[in-house]
Amino acid sequence: MFSFCSDPETLGTVGWFSCYLTTGVHFSFYISFFKVLLLLAITAPVALSFGFLGAMAARSHFAPLRWLGKFYIAIVRGIPDIAFFMFFVIALDQGFEWVRHKVLCPDWDQPIRQGADFLVCSSAKLPLGSSPEWIHQTYGFFLAVITFAIVFGAFAANVLYGGMRAVPHPQLETAEAYGMSRRQTFWRVLVPQMWVYALPGLSNLWMVLIKATPLLFLLGVEDIVYWARELGGTKTPKFTAYPHGDWRMWYFLFLLVFYLGFTRISEIVLERLMVRFTHGQATTGGEKQRKAGGAIT
Amino acid sequence: MSCFQTIQDYGLRSIGIGERLLPKESITLCEQFTLIGSGMIWNIYYGVIALATGFFLATALAVAKGSNRRIFRKPAEWFIFLFRGSPLFIQFFFAYFLFLNLKGTHPFFGPFTAAWLGALVVLFLNTAAYSGEIFYGALRSIPKGDVEAADAYGMTGWSRFRRIIWPTMLRLAWPAYTNEAIFLFHATTLVYFSSFPAWRQKGDSLYYARYFADKTFNPFIPYPILAFYFILLTLLIIGFFGLINKRLNRHLPTERRAKTRGLPNLLR
Amino acid sequence: MKKLIIGAAALALSASMAMAETVRMGTEGAYPPYNFINDAGEIDGFEREVGDELCKRAGLTCEWVKNDWDSIIPNLVSSNYDTIIAGMSITDERDKVIDFTQDYYPPTASAYVGVSDDVDLMNGMIAAQTATIQAAHVAESGAMLVEFATPEETLAAVRNGEADAVLADRDYLVPLVEDSAGALMFVGDPVPLGGGVGMGLRESDTELRDKFDAAITSMKADGSLNELLKKWFGEDTATY
Repeated sequence: MFSFCSDPETLGTVGWFSCYLTTGVHFSFYISFFKVLLLLAITAPVALSFGFLGAMAARSHFAPLRWLGKFYIAIVRGIPDIAFFMFFVIALDQGFEWVRHKVLCPDWDQPIRQGADFLVCSSAKLPLGSSPEWIHQTYGFFLAVITFAIVFGAFAANVLYGGMRAVPHPQLETAEAYGMSRRQTFWRVLVPQMWVYALPGLSNLWMVLIKATPLLFLLGVEDIVYWARELGGTKTPKFTAYPHGDWRMWYFLFLLVFYLGFTRISEIVLERLMVRFTHGQATTGGEKQRKAGGAIT
Repeated sequence: MSCFQTIQDYGLRSIGIGERLLPKESITLCEQFTLIGSGMIWNIYYGVIALATGFFLATALAVAKGSNRRIFRKPAEWFIFLFRGSPLFIQFFFAYFLFLNLKGTHPFFGPFTAAWLGALVVLFLNTAAYSGEIFYGALRSIPKGDVEAADAYGMTGWSRFRRIIWPTMLRLAWPAYTNEAIFLFHATTLVYFSSFPAWRQKGDSLYYARYFADKTFNPFIPYPILAFYFILLTLLIIGFFGLINKRLNRHLPTERRAKTRGLPNLLR
Repeated sequence: MKKLIIGAAALALSASMAMAETVRMGTEGAYPPYNFINDAGEIDGFEREVGDELCKRAGLTCEWVKNDWDSIIPNLVSSNYDTIIAGMSITDERDKVIDFTQDYYPPTASAYVGVSDDVDLMNGMIAAQTATIQAAHVAESGAMLVEFATPEETLAAVRNGEADAVLADRDYLVPLVEDSAGALMFVGDPVPLGGGVGMGLRESDTELRDKFDAAITSMKADGSLNELLKKWFGEDTATY
């Protein structure tokens, strides 16, 4: 990076570190922070909508849909996320390719499973074999988002389901008395009010989501813990210009600071959000705000 | 070899009883079920002991965090923040590292580098922090009237805490605490996956599932088996915690009981 | 200007069709000197050079992909890449599920490394990476097996006295022992494990396997493979 990096005299000095910390592989490390943040930013709303659908299904009056919703919540919550990640991405990928294969290559006469091999016609492959590497990477990222969203969607569904049930029943009865239809009651009365009850659970879920990111590597996304392990491991002079001993501790310390800072910021933001949602609600918190003058901060 | 024989040979393999060598060739479904199930012994061991011991520390932490005295409040706040704010993965790494260094200076720390104790300590501290936060939240939402009634009866200090505040806190926190228990059992799969070594191929269920996935090159059988066991375990936890919940709420009229079940489910 | 871009795009499209599909090479990137990530963040090592040369000789366009070791075979058979070139020893178990080319690295020896040479290899505590042929060997030898998730940790365990010795591929250990200034040393005799290192391919991909096989034969014949072996594993490594 810098001109003095080739000078052996700099070894062990500030200069050495400025060279060491700007190698290409360190940039991959820095980029992985953005990857993780991007993944969180995309996954959170997707998981929330999965959760919303799950919760809606679970309280549906149509029995099969209700069973499906409850089944989704119970099963996915019952499985440790790590076990899920170990096989689910491959299953998802094969599922997509199988569907495309059936649609795109109806006259394919060879079996899809040949021994251990999973073979689909080349136009059904995802991504296509001729696509550049970045498309493969993006596709892998997309699979990771879906997997995360399915797992955390089940937890979100559980929280939202609880939140919907916590909305005081007289509110719904009042809505009915005003002649609102079931659909109107749901969207105009229940949904706006459930957030205040669901938010503590959802913010906890967000914290869990942040702390599940070290498992991203299992999904084929090179996350910060992967790079910290890789960079911190012992490096012998034969394979690098920057040999060092086992420095994993320092890298992990850095990650610890990052995670603590990130959760702290999240806590502050979520606390503000809670204050906003509490406004005008018939809860102890809302009552306190009313007495204090009701200013939204 | 019959499946019954397999269960005899490998049913307790994870704690070192039975065949010494793991199955290597022509692995049957029965062997996978037996060994992964055998590994569940460790998951249950870590989960049950960490929960049982963590419960007491959690109560202490919740009370300390709610205290008016800075000297109690600050350490509890920091402890909870540190353990709730960082991934368990990293906590295991640092704990292993720390125990190794301590072992060098004090022979007392010898057994701590083994998973059965070292990882247990981490899980204990971790669950104490999470449950501490849940209990603290519950402590803050105890109805004012309950405490005033206790005062009116002349209850003070310990007896007021033990007979009024503590049971109410548990009652309020129970749904969220159930979730925490489920999460803790799930987290036990990380023990051998992160820093702590497995001795003599005695590992938890994930360890054996990975062993089979590596031997058969087919992840679609061992991991769903693992998932199956965990769903069973989760159902057991929900059932057991539900019984306690019933007992905690037994004094309430049935109508209000139904309502407490609808309280927002706090997660960890 | 617009026309030019469309023209260029069309040209690129037809070119890519003519070149047929790229071959994706799956590797781990954490096993020096076979494969590792260099300072620039690229995949480097013995296998990178061999693989690039093989692709050139076979007239293929190749692309390198990193994958976790645990799922490296499942991802190959579900066609997420086309070859495994990751220091994978040819074993009967693996051969049942995937196909191998001929070996491009002679049968490897594994070796024990400890901090002193009076280690009891038969009854002592031996560290190995989880789910490797070395771990299986230690388990069978009757020694006390201690398994760690990464090779890094197995060596750390020997350094800090958690284990008496580590059993791993000799080539992985050599640079680390050389660099340790006498703190680490080889103990006992090397153990021959595995049947050489080959490229893994899907069983249905016989055409691609034949191409790589032919390329490996030609590299063996003109001595270029031996040169690379010497470059990465030292002058006294086994050659063809």
